[in-house]
Amino acid sequence: MSLPLAVCLAGHVDHGKSSLLGRLLHELDLLPEGKVARLEAASASRGVPLEWSFALDALQLERDQAVTLDTTRVHVRAPRRDLIVIDCPGHRELVRNLVTGAAGTTAALLVVDGQLGAEAQTRAHAALLRLLGIRDFVVAVNKMDALDWNEARFAARRDEIAAALALLGVAVHAIVPTSAQDGGNIVVAPPAAAWWQGPTLVGALETLPEEPAVNADAPLRLPVQDVYRSGTRRVVAGRIAQGTLKPGAELMVLPSGERVHVATLEGWPQPPQSAAAGDNVALTFAEPVIVERGDLLCSPVAPARLTPVFDADVFWLGHEPLAVGGRLELRIGTRAVAVRVAAVVHALDVDRLAPAVARAIATNGLGRVTLRCDVPVALDDATECFETGRFVLADAGVVVGGGLVDASRYPDQRRALKPANRNVVAVDHHISAVERGARSGHVGAIVWLTGLSGAGKSTLAMALERALFDRGWNAYTIDGDNVRRGLNADLGFSPQDRQENIRRVGEVAALFADAGLVCITAFISPFDDDRARARATAGHRHFFEVYVKSELATCEARDPKGLYGKARRGEIKGFTGIDSPYEEPSAPDLVIDTQHADESACIAQLVSFVAERCGA
Amino acid sequence: MPDHLHHLEQHSIHLIREAYARLKPLAMLWSLGKDSNTMLWLTRKAFQGRVPFPVILLDTGNEFAEVYAFRDRYINEWSLDYINAPCPPVEATDPGLPPNARAAARKTLGLKQLIAERGFAGILLGIRRDEQAIRAKERGMSPRDAQGSWHVREQPTELWGHYTSMAPEGGHVRVHPLLEWTELDIWRYVEREAIPVCELYYARNGKRYRSLGEADITFPVPSDAATIAEIIAELETTKSEERAGRAMDHEREDAFERLRAAGYM
Repeated sequence: MSLPLAVCLAGHVDHGKSSLLGRLLHELDLLPEGKVARLEAASASRGVPLEWSFALDALQLERDQAVTLDTTRVHVRAPRRDLIVIDCPGHRELVRNLVTGAAGTTAALLVVDGQLGAEAQTRAHAALLRLLGIRDFVVAVNKMDALDWNEARFAARRDEIAAALALLGVAVHAIVPTSAQDGGNIVVAPPAAAWWQGPTLVGALETLPEEPAVNADAPLRLPVQDVYRSGTRRVVAGRIAQGTLKPGAELMVLPSGERVHVATLEGWPQPPQSAAAGDNVALTFAEPVIVERGDLLCSPVAPARLTPVFDADVFWLGHEPLAVGGRLELRIGTRAVAVRVAAVVHALDVDRLAPAVARAIATNGLGRVTLRCDVPVALDDATECFETGRFVLADAGVVVGGGLVDASRYPDQRRALKPANRNVVAVDHHISAVERGARSGHVGAIVWLTGLSGAGKSTLAMALERALFDRGWNAYTIDGDNVRRGLNADLGFSPQDRQENIRRVGEVAALFADAGLVCITAFISPFDDDRARARATAGHRHFFEVYVKSELATCEARDPKGLYGKARRGEIKGFTGIDSPYEEPSAPDLVIDTQHADESACIAQLVSFVAERCGA
Repeated sequence: MPDHLHHLEQHSIHLIREAYARLKPLAMLWSLGKDSNTMLWLTRKAFQGRVPFPVILLDTGNEFAEVYAFRDRYINEWSLDYINAPCPPVEATDPGLPPNARAAARKTLGLKQLIAERGFAGILLGIRRDEQAIRAKERGMSPRDAQGSWHVREQPTELWGHYTSMAPEGGHVRVHPLLEWTELDIWRYVEREAIPVCELYYARNGKRYRSLGEADITFPVPSDAATIAEIIAELETTKSEERAGRAMDHEREDAFERLRAAGYM
């Protein structure tokens, strides 16, 4: 028995989705005995002609108002293929029920009223379905009886719908004329449509492609759902999101990064020999490693990413628009963490089906945001692994949105987990920081300048170095461009390499501070996590994060190195502020506003700040 | 190549484990029919053979004798933590309901009483979408208020294996692991797994019970299907409804919705 194909039925309210499905069941002779008589009675009692939609719309309110309120699923035994058709409400207030019905399917039947065409709600639904992972579409241009089955009017609708769906990049397998009212072209084309050479609606649905086959060779992803204790044994339970699993397999636990081996697969009546994607497993480890719900077990060869920050294409169902600062719960796999919106990248304009500048994502809208979690989270880009790259957002326990992860612009924090080398033992110096300070008249420190390219970091750093030197202090500036010519000549500008660049600078700056210098660093250092790590590396040493602040437009106008121009022309990729993000410091020790204050005032502000804090 | 039954089985096991992880304490309604036996079987698969929570019979005292005998046998064979929940008399039910629906509503009251006594946060139930058009509108996890009421207009968003496991103060969550199964799926799975079911399902003298309820409001339907294979063959072609023999479904158009809104299964 092959898998029935799940098809989600969507479209604008009142374009005839439930009626079409009810009629389809009747045409295929799948309605139970006496059902038509009951539908006739239910319709007559409401003073309306036979409503095919009542076959699905069973709730009193649905029947009284002739509108689908909630989603349902029906098995359709079509002649050549079993289908599961998921009826979804079209009303704009009920998008949450559309999401509930449509998620998890890969194909959709979009119903469009031939008299009205693809209105905004139809386009919005199509965009939402695409976000939910639906790629295969069949479109029914319905109510053709009201258009007298006119070929030209059908063709006009067909072209308009095809053009709109082309913008979404989905596969449209057929656009067929139908009528739920007279049953035309559901199973057989009516005489009035002798011109129609294409498939019937059922024929079009039967020939939709199979759901894509599961790739058994994909790297393992297994979110830990629960841990069952029996005596001293701990049995780890979860459902495999991707890949396969056998006893003896080595796994990486994220976020900890620990390695474990599968000792046994448990099961009843018999334990399985192996397990694959979609299977619920119960397993024990060979090592005494403790895991908990929310951990992600991965292939150690190709593990998931670990990052607290990522971009996401989202749908939003909350009552208030989704804007910067909003705090929510992120649920991905079995993990639940606190998250806030760090930036709104754009909203989707449903009229043009194109991104538009926005400060928020409206209720029932779509768009792209940057999300920041309180802790690093194990995840994948949705394009790499859909199961571990999709998430929902909850507010006070209620699901209010969801989306797909794109973490490609951010570094993987897993690589920053320090390897514990047990053979390295720290050696103590015989000269203390106090002794060094007594001789130089100041303490060793790190002054970490961060800001956009062109904000004035290098100018300020060199001026501070000069001013401190003139006071007789020991000061030295590590500048981004200089370091990349030597120490970091092996690194490029990928998120990973930028992370390593900053990590090395943090380590070197800490050594300079130990040596008693005031070490000034001038790096864009766009990521919060990297700056936080530099501060952590500094440990007990003095560390001052200085935000050199200027608006992007101003920096771009200054463009001292001509880099913005190159980035805008696409000659350099991943340039901060253009096609790579800059995360503003949330709690800097000092902000220098080079946008509004003049250069000498900025220098004076910085010099006096450092002199006050580092003077002995 | 995993088949459709495997797909359904794994979906259900995930939901049962999710309920166990998030709803404490949890219990299961065991009405002793083919569906709840299947659910019990899936539970044992989920927990390596164990059933790690109590199973409840909402006992009207009107179940068939064969059903009680089946219960007594499998409580022992499957080492079940069994709770017998007596249901209040019909006089305690909503007098506005039609008579057969009132008989069914006794179970609603029995469940409400039990939840109040034992404080269950989650209840697993073996309802399916295809058996009844109102049940078809359900969620995998369905929060209920302190009265047990179903607010069908405010059902939570449910997607990608994320369920709403939070109920209003004093309420509980109904969990429906079999929602996506059809009657035919159940019988094919019963056959594949050799799950024991009550003998009333098999035809005797040209009649069999297709759906089991209280003896006073449940009637056999004409059938010669005396084995599981014959039942499957019958269902592949039948056009009559599964609950045709359940009198409570057929009294008034809105009867089932009213029962469910008030907390019926």
